[in-house]
Amino acid sequence: MNDAIRLNRVTRFIDTLKQAQELGLSVIEAREGSLTLCLPYSDRIIGNPDTGVIHGGAITTLMDTASGSVILCALDDFELCPTLDLRVDYMRPAEPHKPVYARAETYKVTRNIIFTRCEAYQKGGETIANCVGTFMRIGKEASPKHYRDLITGGGE
Amino acid sequence: MTDPEIYRYTRESGDFSRLLQSIPYATFIGLECDQFGDDLIFRLPKKEENLGNPILPAIHGGVIGGFMELSAAIYLMMSQDSMRMPRIVDFSLDYLRAGLNRETYAECRLTRQGNRVANVMVTAWQKSRSQPIATARAHFLMED
Repeated sequence: MNDAIRLNRVTRFIDTLKQAQELGLSVIEAREGSLTLCLPYSDRIIGNPDTGVIHGGAITTLMDTASGSVILCALDDFELCPTLDLRVDYMRPAEPHKPVYARAETYKVTRNIIFTRCEAYQKGGETIANCVGTFMRIGKEASPKHYRDLITGGGE
Repeated sequence: MTDPEIYRYTRESGDFSRLLQSIPYATFIGLECDQFGDDLIFRLPKKEENLGNPILPAIHGGVIGGFMELSAAIYLMMSQDSMRMPRIVDFSLDYLRAGLNRETYAECRLTRQGNRVANVMVTAWQKSRSQPIATARAHFLMED
């Protein structure tokens, strides 16, 4: 598997997540075991109307999506892995009117569990948030073949 | 958020609609809140746009997190008599069951209130309160 395939798989996967579409998440870069996504700024996800700062929930969704999708960059076969837990540390509010990026990596893959970490940041800025997560491997048979084929592009 | 008039209205009437309308992210995910006596129950009505996994289908885990996080902040603000939205420091979320495409509920508990930091527990459920879909802990910084 090469990075172009990884990027295509993650893009197709994210296309099937309605909330990711609603937020306008896009894939910036996919490599072996690492992935960068982008969350564009929008007035609709503001948490504090006085400052225009987006709500932490949108950052949580960005980081959950990046952490869950980076698994596609670490495994050869597509497996849907449910989130067991997420821990998010908020360093500073995101600057309004700028996109937020999330770079996730799998730092340990075992037979049952995948451990991820993720950093949310803005261009030229400091870290917005850090996140560690664990995902459970329930096997590729747990998701229907038509969905696996959709994501992998049918044996790509 | 800091509009004292909206805050006073919410406190006196127990009607959270104006407060929630003033927070775009609350409208974005569709968060609602009902008051029963002193207790607050937060609700996330079924919404297609909130879905993640299309196979089950299930609510996106991030939306469940955002729902619980915003619920905790509003709960804390109301229990503090503070007009400021508290700032979140960290958030730890355990997913216990898939959040299916149906209405979700959350309630919060203040575990510890210090001078500068508050610890809030959040439980979210769907069909039965005895079968939570997620539990979370959050720390907030109280600003004066």
